[in-house]
Amino acid sequence: MGVLAKAFDFMTSAANYHGQGGIPTRLWEHVQMSLLSLGIATIIALPVGLLVGHRRRGGFFAITVGNLGRALPSFGILAIVFPLTLRYLHVGSLGFVATLITLILLAIPPIMLNTFVGTREVDRDTIEAARGMGLSGTQILMRVELPLAAPLIVAGLRTAATAVVATATLGALVSWGGLGRFIVDGLAQGDKGQLVAGAVLVASLAVVTEAMFALLQRAISPRTTGSPRRHIRKLIRRPGWGM
Amino acid sequence: MTVAQGSFQQPLILWSWIGDNRAEILHRVIEHVELTAIAVFLGLLISFPLAIYAYRHRRAYGPIAVITGILYTIPSLALFAFLVAYTGLTVTTAEIGLVSYTLLILIRNIVAGLDAVPAEARESATGMGYSRRQLLWRIEIPLALPVIIAGIRIATVTTIGLVTVTAIIGKGGLGHFILEGLLQAFPTAAILGAVLSIVLAVVVDALLLFSERALTPWARARSRA
Repeated sequence: MGVLAKAFDFMTSAANYHGQGGIPTRLWEHVQMSLLSLGIATIIALPVGLLVGHRRRGGFFAITVGNLGRALPSFGILAIVFPLTLRYLHVGSLGFVATLITLILLAIPPIMLNTFVGTREVDRDTIEAARGMGLSGTQILMRVELPLAAPLIVAGLRTAATAVVATATLGALVSWGGLGRFIVDGLAQGDKGQLVAGAVLVASLAVVTEAMFALLQRAISPRTTGSPRRHIRKLIRRPGWGM
Repeated sequence: MTVAQGSFQQPLILWSWIGDNRAEILHRVIEHVELTAIAVFLGLLISFPLAIYAYRHRRAYGPIAVITGILYTIPSLALFAFLVAYTGLTVTTAEIGLVSYTLLILIRNIVAGLDAVPAEARESATGMGYSRRQLLWRIEIPLALPVIIAGIRIATVTTIGLVTVTAIIGKGGLGHFILEGLLQAFPTAAILGAVLSIVLAVVVDALLLFSERALTPWARARSRA
């Protein structure tokens, strides 16, 4: 029997739709973990990026965090975080905590960088006009800068979400669940059907996530005639502030 | 949790272990560089003709971008797992996966670089009687080189990170230490593997930046003027 047929068997066998190790449970674990880590990362990264962008200072910090994030191998972060949680955090399920921390660390840089750039690049004249209308600093941040930066912020969330869904797979290596369980168990047991079924499930979830954020990005970019980025470029008049 | 118990007593970094394993560390660094170099080289070999085709036939660019984009989105562990079912725990499996992640980055940058070539340069070359092939190799590619090399830099740094994941299919270079540290809850190995792979990425990136400067002296002369 071919590998794909075995994988199809695995995915259609009723036995794999029940209990702790079933496909729905693993899928839900994967989605929950991704949403939780993305949510926590957003709570941390969004205010920092907004504030740094609003003040137009400390840009070096935000950009350094963003670039460092690109060089860090996710597998390496997990391998460092896991022994540290073993040592210092004695709460809940260890694999869960280590995976969650890794995913949060991974998601922060793209969200922070994009929020910072999006906020910073809002046209000076627009902000001056808002100030002239009597808006306070906080009001400018919430009513002018945040909405104008929204398309870039969503682009950052999209990058973060794709990376999180992909990396949550590695959680199975530190005895957490999620869809990576099928891949790691399949490899360990030489069960190619389970292995390929896991791979197909993870890949599908990643592609669906990417597609959903692409749609969201399109939806919140006002008067879209082209890509959101092109729209932003039209929105920002570069000479406004020298860079 | 017997393995984990042991990790509570040992220091975070056991320097003597690093000293005892120097030969193994060097061997893994070389393996890491080899896996990366092969992947980027093969990636370029595939990307170049595809990008030039996409550059000349705009309608082909959409489908090429979508296919390489989907390949890029597939999580690395899933792709390696899928390939293992066909090509086994081999270098081939590792390389197919690694190469597939370089394609989107390389093709996008090659096309963007060629697009940015000034129309005047192209027209004067045509006026001087250059054939389409001469125009490509003597004018367009040299002028696009900075953007192409920028793409090679991103692809290389990304690949260095991804090579660590191939430890799961028995390869991995420095990822071997990361996996060992993870499975045995031995922080020294995990930290060593992660830190060295980051250092490797930074060093290789700097070398490529340097080679870009050397290959495109006119760019520097222009910016100095």
